[in-house]
Amino acid sequence: MIASLSTSSSVLVVAIFLATAVEMVEALTIVVAVGHTRGWRSALEGVAVALMALGALVGIFGPALLRIPINDLRVVVGSILLIFGMQWLRKAILRSSGFKAKHDEDAIFAATVASLTQVGKPQRDSLAFVTSFKGVFLEGLEVVITVLTLGASAHKIVLASWVASGTVLLVALVGVLVAKQLSSVPENAMKMTVGVLLVSYGTFWCGEGLGIHWTGADAALPMLALTYFVGTWVIIALARQSRKRVPA
Amino acid sequence: MRIIKKTLIAFGMFWWNFLVGDTPELFLAVVAILGVVSIFQSGHSHVLMIVLPGLVLVALGASVSRAIRKR
Repeated sequence: MIASLSTSSSVLVVAIFLATAVEMVEALTIVVAVGHTRGWRSALEGVAVALMALGALVGIFGPALLRIPINDLRVVVGSILLIFGMQWLRKAILRSSGFKAKHDEDAIFAATVASLTQVGKPQRDSLAFVTSFKGVFLEGLEVVITVLTLGASAHKIVLASWVASGTVLLVALVGVLVAKQLSSVPENAMKMTVGVLLVSYGTFWCGEGLGIHWTGADAALPMLALTYFVGTWVIIALARQSRKRVPA
Repeated sequence: MRIIKKTLIAFGMFWWNFLVGDTPELFLAVVAILGVVSIFQSGHSHVLMIVLPGLVLVALGASVSRAIRKR
């Protein structure tokens, strides 16, 4: 029981850590661009307000989700995770096989800087505040949904929230240390791993909610993740082959 | 009243974009897969344990293939 609980918790921790890291690297790129161009005060105020708003969302919806009957919750949450995870995987597969451009943090940084430098700088910089707030809030919303869905279904919202908060701090710390956007982070590989974990959890909980008794209980999660990793690589290989067949 | 209406529309749009967006086929596939699983669920756990992830991978492959064809 302890072993199976720790398996489930470990997968949850890895999924939330990677999902939060991917989204926060994107948010950090925007915040650093705003800070460099328009000054740090308003940029950091935007970050603080966005983080408070995101924390409030978890505080309001987290306890409410725990009141829903567990099987119904698992089917609904599992479906959301399946759709969300498949969307992540689809994007990661298209990027890996060369059909879609990889996410370019340098380009985002340059575009954000260019758009911000065109506008004059007042004393109280609402543009810096709003840009920074929107960057963190919109990227953070996906993290909140991941924390709420994964955390509520496993009845581990507190653990999920701590992991997400710790990851936000870690990404911020790394951002301060390197003092530039994190374009060297292997974002597509992280996105693919998160996609696999979300789809695995989605499959597991949809199955449980609909009455499937998984062999090995929680130990089925790593097996599902392995299945999806292999399946994803097969789809990438097939996509690459089809790309080679297209004449240049 | 207008604020409530605007908030509700924004909330609906957020979830529509989040779940359907530019990949409606994935949304429909998940609904169909769960429909199939709920119909055949009783007494078929061992089969469904393999069929469920299999169907998810087929749906994912089909969605990737659709995206490639559209390019």
